[in-house]
Amino acid sequence: MEFGVSIASRGQWEILTVTGEIDMATAPRFRQRLLAVISTGAQNVVIDLSGVDFIDSTGLGVLMGAAKRVRSSGGDIRLVMAGSRLAELIELTRLDRVLDVFDSVSSATQDSDS
Amino acid sequence: MSSDPTSIDFEIPARPEYLSLVRSLVVEAAEMDTHLSRERVEDFKVAVSEATTNAIEAHARACCDDSIRIRCTLTSDRLEFHITDRGFGFYPDQIQVLPEPDDPSRLNYERGLGIYLMRVLSDDIEIHSGPDGTEVSLSIRLSSNNSNA
Repeated sequence: MEFGVSIASRGQWEILTVTGEIDMATAPRFRQRLLAVISTGAQNVVIDLSGVDFIDSTGLGVLMGAAKRVRSSGGDIRLVMAGSRLAELIELTRLDRVLDVFDSVSSATQDSDS
Repeated sequence: MSSDPTSIDFEIPARPEYLSLVRSLVVEAAEMDTHLSRERVEDFKVAVSEATTNAIEAHARACCDDSIRIRCTLTSDRLEFHITDRGFGFYPDQIQVLPEPDDPSRLNYERGLGIYLMRVLSDDIEIHSGPDGTEVSLSIRLSSNNSNA
């Protein structure tokens, strides 16, 4: 599947839905789209990676950088990895201790919806 | 192509858009052993992709236009990928020690996971590096003996 990012809003959350592969070739575009959202002042960001077929350390680095930026301005960033190998990679690198991972967009945005 | 029927040599331009092709080759080679689980293949794909990414970055730093050389070797019990660049080399024991993952300051470091992933997602890794380049050799065991590190 070709790399792509779509952006939508749900309540106070900005939701980025990513598809395809995130590696050295596509990470710059991923970072650019993420920063574009964050630079608008978005405080609550969900990144839905359920449609991502592959991610490497470059992609994980983009996620870490985004988390740092959002949190440094008092915001919240959440990842969605529904039934994907990505969640295992996050656990393997123990980044699940610094990144909040959910299994669906609805559960990730539950706080603000309720 | 190599004359050795168990090995395939190929070269890719040192550009990120060729990473996907390398990963496809990992999958194709791994599928020659029907006992390898999909998870093991996916893990090894990440490891080989990380090594190739490092090679591409090494060429960029060295302003080197040469291709990245990759050898895939399938033996009776192992699948090996050897990735060779002509960058300036690096020294694994000098890699920066990063904060523990549960330390919030870990988010200050967007890099530094590549070699870790190579180590944990393959069964064996060897890195030979010098001023004329680096060769990273990654392998996984075939057959029912599979186990992750």
